[in-house]
Amino acid sequence: MSERVSLMQGNEASVEGALDAGVRFYAGYPITPSSEVAEDFAAKLPPLGGKFIQMEDEIASMAAIVGASLAGKKAVTATSGPGFSLKQEIIGFANMIEAPCVVINVQRAGPSTGLPTSPAQGDMMQARWGTHGDHPALAVAPSSVADTYLLTFQAVNWAERFRMPVMVMLDETIGHLREKVILPSREEMIIVNRKHPQGSPQSFQPYDIEDEDLIPPLPPYGSGYRFHTTGLYHDETGFPANRPEITKRLLDRLHDKIDRYKETLYLYDSFGLRQANQLIISYGGAARSAKAAWRIAREKGLLVGLLILKTIWPFPEEIVAQAGHDKNNIVVAEMNRGQLIGEVERIMDKRIPIRGAQRADGVLITPEQILAQLEGVN
Amino acid sequence: MGRYEIRLSGAGGQGLILAGFILAEAVVRFTDQEVIQTQSYGPEARGGASKAEVIISDEEIDYPQVTKPDFLLALTQEAYNKYNRDLKEYGTMIVDERVDAAFRGGPTYVVPIQRKTQERLGTRLVVNVVSLALFNHLHEVVPVDKLQEAVLERVPRGTEDLNKKALELGQELAQELNTYKVFREEEEEDE
Amino acid sequence: MELEKYFRENKLPHIWCPGCGHGTVMSSIIRGIDKAGWDPNKVVVVSGIGCSSRAPGYMDFNTLHTVHGRAIAFATGIKLANPELKVIVLTGDGDGAAIGGNHLIHACRRNIGIKVVLFNNYIYGMTSGQYSPMTPEGSLATTSPYGNIEPPFDLCELTKSANANFVARGTVYHTRPLISYMEKAFAKDGFSYVEAISQCPTYYGRRNRLKSPVEMLEWQKKNSVDIKKAADMEPEELQGKIVTGIFADREKEEYTARYDRLISEIQGGKK
Repeated sequence: MSERVSLMQGNEASVEGALDAGVRFYAGYPITPSSEVAEDFAAKLPPLGGKFIQMEDEIASMAAIVGASLAGKKAVTATSGPGFSLKQEIIGFANMIEAPCVVINVQRAGPSTGLPTSPAQGDMMQARWGTHGDHPALAVAPSSVADTYLLTFQAVNWAERFRMPVMVMLDETIGHLREKVILPSREEMIIVNRKHPQGSPQSFQPYDIEDEDLIPPLPPYGSGYRFHTTGLYHDETGFPANRPEITKRLLDRLHDKIDRYKETLYLYDSFGLRQANQLIISYGGAARSAKAAWRIAREKGLLVGLLILKTIWPFPEEIVAQAGHDKNNIVVAEMNRGQLIGEVERIMDKRIPIRGAQRADGVLITPEQILAQLEGVN
Repeated sequence: MGRYEIRLSGAGGQGLILAGFILAEAVVRFTDQEVIQTQSYGPEARGGASKAEVIISDEEIDYPQVTKPDFLLALTQEAYNKYNRDLKEYGTMIVDERVDAAFRGGPTYVVPIQRKTQERLGTRLVVNVVSLALFNHLHEVVPVDKLQEAVLERVPRGTEDLNKKALELGQELAQELNTYKVFREEEEEDE
Repeated sequence: MELEKYFRENKLPHIWCPGCGHGTVMSSIIRGIDKAGWDPNKVVVVSGIGCSSRAPGYMDFNTLHTVHGRAIAFATGIKLANPELKVIVLTGDGDGAAIGGNHLIHACRRNIGIKVVLFNNYIYGMTSGQYSPMTPEGSLATTSPYGNIEPPFDLCELTKSANANFVARGTVYHTRPLISYMEKAFAKDGFSYVEAISQCPTYYGRRNRLKSPVEMLEWQKKNSVDIKKAADMEPEELQGKIVTGIFADREKEEYTARYDRLISEIQGGKK
């Protein structure tokens, strides 16, 4: 039961986290800056009896992991902006049919081909609203290599527990960063597996809720529980049902299964919130600069608090509101033209000034840029 | 030691990214310090100048990028030209003897790293390990035997002897480092 | 034969139009599965979007109705994750030849043990009659109101060139050979492709002077040429004909078997 100390890269840590959580299937397509994820899975899965496949495109990779998931394997894909765009339709399909899977997006500067080797956090709203239709989203954003391991592990667990795609929103800064990490021993990591049906195959209805947790069990193909699955709105039998009350019931449940547990899903770090009249909110790679800015501000004697969000979707509204309600300046630091700042503005009292420290030119935002948005820095 | 920023630069293919990686790994394995290693990616990493950067600190390293290196190694003129500008005031520089470097105020050493490597080892393949030993001696990051352990773990099989010799050569150059030290040009004129 | 057991009878009648050929293709597939003797629990039938892709809903196996064009990619994940499963993909000329064409050729190239049955009715039926990559030149469709000027794909030649282990084409009119192609395709370990010429009286026939399903079946009968006979015919003579028969019948090592061999080599320290 000893902790694991090593020099590790962010992309590599996502692979380690996934493997430790029980992932045994990876399908992907090469794209910078996520290729190390694929390369690492290609080397590490076969010795574990797992499968790696390089598919013919991004869409096929997403389809393959959903297929593998239904066949009973925990499955992951990784990509970056252009590939994340291509995968969206099947991310929506996975939401609709409730297929557990994890998508790692090592964000780079966009739109389009953008800057393939430069950091950005421009896909945060895409993770929420990228696929068509109303649907819930689960997404995390690591701000260190150790976090990448832990949050990818968590993402796999959540995918299994809630039966839906979970997105790990890395960015180039963290994906390519190598740093010293101290990870808990494998014995300390608690693995969650999808539920298996309790009843007989004859009475099995794939979308019938046996427990009160709103999440139906998922037997793997080949286990004797034969069922139909479709991306059309369906009833508890899994077959299409074009009736308003059934449409509403399914859509409500897809949202409720997350809403009901959302407060247990909020992962974050906070520093000095109580003795503070100003607040910095950040996440992912930008949070490293935010941490530096917070440290420098404190050294200057400013009363500043720091909130680093790890869970992005569902957006931790209650946490942000609690941290920010008594502040007279809130700075949201991110590497885009202002994405999560909109969420902060949406939930905060309109009288509290909210400022963005934003950078979207392919360069990691600096602590100085964030400091410049605080009051009292000269 | 507070935050210390290191930049190792040279031509692509000289193995400086591996050197940075080995240095960072040695810090993890043999010290209690925090460490970060970054490098160039994409077209920048493919031709011409290449760099690897390492940050070592007693404290948590928040901002992960090198902005004002405390130390710069430049093995080629192109790398020097590209990567010397933001050297910290009074920062330390080691450049190859073929690099025309301007004196920047801090300790500056012009060392025949490439020539000696070629003469003594018959190849320049291990110029990265020679440089690594040189830097390690200057800053005593880890004991020499630990550096050797870290190097041998990561170099291709069959090249262990060559790399041991490279470490020895690096040590040797380090011993005589003061003879390679250069001073402000006016001072030289005064002599 | 007791074929009813393979159907979800409570889901019938099907949604296909009167006179549609797809029911015949589906029953040929069922006969092929019956002949193969597979345990229905181990059979997974995957489809995309379109008229043909509704077939799995009526078949009592593990069935997966996915998104447009990607059924083969889903099936690849299923087969690779659990090679024990018998994986069949049902697709159409739009789903399989247009949006899904790339997945088709790569599945052939890998020779992964998926059996693809393509229902070719020369038209997008579900979206009401647009031309597909397999619509004959000159045909009228809602999106080729002046006649189609694009040459059609010959997917049998394509899949054969792309390394499929088994390739055949049959028609709904010639039911017996069609069933035998299904049987042969399902008996193969590697990738199989069977193209079934079907008829769409609603959106293809009506617009193209084939007034009834019967006329369309007669057209299939009149225009079919066996592949052996076709070998001796000139290209001009084959214009507008349906070449039927077995295009490829090979025994290359199947992808997931090869993958499992790789894993045991790695685990045995040989790699």
